[in-house]
Amino acid sequence: MASYETHEYDVLIIGAGGAGLRAAIEAAAGDLKVGLVCKSLLGKAHTVMAEGGVAAALANVDERDSWRVHFADTMRGGQYLSNARMAELHAKESPDRVRELEAWGALFDRTQEGGILQRNFGGHQYPRLAHVGDRTGLEMIRALQDHGIHQGIEVHMENTVVSLLKTGERVSGAFGYEREKGRFKVFSANAVVLATGGVGKAYKITSNSWEYTGDGHSLAYHAGAELIDMEFVQFHPTGMVWPPSVRGILVTEGVRGEGGILTNSEGKRFMFDDIPELYVNQTADSPEEGWRYTQGDREARRPPELLTRDHVARCIVREVQEGRGSPHGGVFLDIAWIKEKISNAPEHIRRKLPSMYHQFKELADIDITQEPMEVGPTTHYIMGGIRVDADSQMTAVPGLFAAGECAAGLHGANRLGGNSLSDLLVFGKRAGEYAAQFAEENEAVPLDTAEIDAIAAHTLKPFENPADDGSGEKMGPYDIQTQLQEKMQELVGIARSQESLTQALEEIQNLREQAENVHAIGNREYNSGWHTALDLDCLITISESIALAALERRASIGAHSRDDHPEKEEPGAGKYNTIVNKAPDGTMEIRRQPVDELRADLQEIIDEIG
Amino acid sequence: MAKATFRIWRGNADGAEFVDYDTEVSEGMVVLDAVHRIQAEQANDMAVRWNCKAGKCGSCSAEINGQPKLMCMTRLNDLSLDEPVTVEPMRAFPLIKDLVTDVSWNFRVKEKMKPFTPRPPDAEDGTWRMEQEDIDHIQEFRKCIECFLCQDVCHVLREHDLHDEFIGPRFFVYAASLEMHPIDTENRLEELKDSDGIGYCNITKCCTKVCPEHITITDNAIIPLKERVVDQFYDPIKKLFRVFSR
Repeated sequence: MASYETHEYDVLIIGAGGAGLRAAIEAAAGDLKVGLVCKSLLGKAHTVMAEGGVAAALANVDERDSWRVHFADTMRGGQYLSNARMAELHAKESPDRVRELEAWGALFDRTQEGGILQRNFGGHQYPRLAHVGDRTGLEMIRALQDHGIHQGIEVHMENTVVSLLKTGERVSGAFGYEREKGRFKVFSANAVVLATGGVGKAYKITSNSWEYTGDGHSLAYHAGAELIDMEFVQFHPTGMVWPPSVRGILVTEGVRGEGGILTNSEGKRFMFDDIPELYVNQTADSPEEGWRYTQGDREARRPPELLTRDHVARCIVREVQEGRGSPHGGVFLDIAWIKEKISNAPEHIRRKLPSMYHQFKELADIDITQEPMEVGPTTHYIMGGIRVDADSQMTAVPGLFAAGECAAGLHGANRLGGNSLSDLLVFGKRAGEYAAQFAEENEAVPLDTAEIDAIAAHTLKPFENPADDGSGEKMGPYDIQTQLQEKMQELVGIARSQESLTQALEEIQNLREQAENVHAIGNREYNSGWHTALDLDCLITISESIALAALERRASIGAHSRDDHPEKEEPGAGKYNTIVNKAPDGTMEIRRQPVDELRADLQEIIDEIG
Repeated sequence: MAKATFRIWRGNADGAEFVDYDTEVSEGMVVLDAVHRIQAEQANDMAVRWNCKAGKCGSCSAEINGQPKLMCMTRLNDLSLDEPVTVEPMRAFPLIKDLVTDVSWNFRVKEKMKPFTPRPPDAEDGTWRMEQEDIDHIQEFRKCIECFLCQDVCHVLREHDLHDEFIGPRFFVYAASLEMHPIDTENRLEELKDSDGIGYCNITKCCTKVCPEHITITDNAIIPLKERVVDQFYDPIKKLFRVFSR
């Protein structure tokens, strides 16, 4: 093996958003040596973008709330495809995980009694989201970061992992590069936690940053772990649509939680037109009742704008397709109208939604206290991901754990807003805890040095590939990325069909060939083109898995809609999860796994609460 | 579509210079969009640090026409495109490459500061009771996205290079958020006076002016901290009291 800068850890965490930081803090609680690798600077990860809040049944605002209701809400939201044990653990443990953040310095908004304030959100029966205005994610990541830096964790900022290392069946470390000089680093570890977030950069319109290239999904897949339910990609109903350069930037669901309404070009509140059967009993009959709900009337039911994200996104697409959209191809989201209801509306809006006010004022010249916003769906989150054990978060690969967005199971076919911040706390902690336990209970394995040189050579290949293949049309890394995003948006977006998905798989295969020969200019020093070239492998792998899973699920459920199969369940198929893995011959395999029957006590909760 | 010229700092610590790039611009674009377009079409290897593109993560700090700003929140509408738009890295930090600087000093500074240390919980469930009005002013400090533009513009760091003796506006805001936190029990005033160098700040308010989160850094964080330092260490009556209570 050539010589590489090498770091030895008991537990290595890859990713430093909420899940990675929480896992690192937990893993470092004992005497173990913990390393944390992240692609950006510490505290910049995508968790900062989370706005609305963290879901936890604290019952500070409505004492009727409990873990049982939160569990039932999560299962219903996920169309009963969630892993029930994960949903149970999540609902039970999230209150403690939120309270613990206060002990680390987080300052949530307060109730009159001085406790943590909670707000309404789509799909949650009671006000459940602990929040800080509309910058909850920033507060959380900062609290975790500021606590984490005093726990003896070694942080490698601006480092990217390109491959996991295995020794026999077990994971034994990771190989990556640091951005500054492009030098390679080898990490050996007794246990590895993946906490790399999502895949939004596979799509053209997304609320996600450059980092969201599905690294963890892809690393785990290539290492032999399974991916489940990859077809379930959440298109958040409200992203900005204008001006073009900000298209996709998130507009928090908190706007609707505070009373914001969706209207079409005819001024109609179209969400009242289509209320799914599962939610009829929980949804307001009239605008008046909906307004009362947002203002905390406990007898009122929620307005249809606060139905689950998959449904709201589809309704918006329908309005646009049927010619009732806004001038720039979205619909209107209006919070300014509440001035009819409360006297100090502009001030109230600025206080409740400060960063939304700021974002529209500065990026779109829109004063949201005076005029409606234009919004449309944006790729936001992937419910699918690495298959893990519900309790320990360990994958099929011994010693390899996953938590947060890159792991899967909790959200089923659709995630409720606020459940991702609680997900990353609850399962970040569990992954850190069980990874530490694994590291303590298992002897360290030596690195398999034979494969490292080959990985290093592969990582440098973009510099060696010829700049031109003689066709004069050879695509660069950005061109390939853009084309993949366009194809995924067009063919594997909100509306899918056998035809579009089959075509998508062909296009992806074609782009894979292009990516293998892609050329990077310049040298290894902080070279974005080279980094983009390397990210392509992850993007293409996860794009293929999304398209393949979407082709397999011949039904329209949750976030997955098939134009050619509008019914919710395929006749006779029962409830199942899709599972993707890498076959021995290197191709991608897919199969269905029936959803386990619910434990009797959990089934009782569903029967009772519904 | 209109064209505009961007004069971008290219190079590394061994040598760097402005390079002009012409690119197409359209309605609503921000400087980061133009930089990305140039990166994708003309300069694949150009280094630029960014994440959220929505003013929430504080990664894309730079100096645009000489003004410290977030590239993602600077609209081309607000700039004159008749002349080249200059885009440079933050000048108070060592250059890594192109628009990316080494800001690791900031992370080391924070690590050295005394962490949050809460009093015992108020309630049996391990929680505390705090009034909203008592935390409003700290929530202002906690809006900080750590873009370090305030550090970039502060003359104590930028011109006098006193990184070893002065922690800069960002960390006075951080100190204020801890010192004024209703449940924190730690005292950081001695460090603020000595190793943190709060006395170097002569309240020119440059930091407040560039803060993209509009935190009133000088008035709400630095001046109150200065007052606390004065109260603890220089108040003649307290000083006398300390002499007699020895």
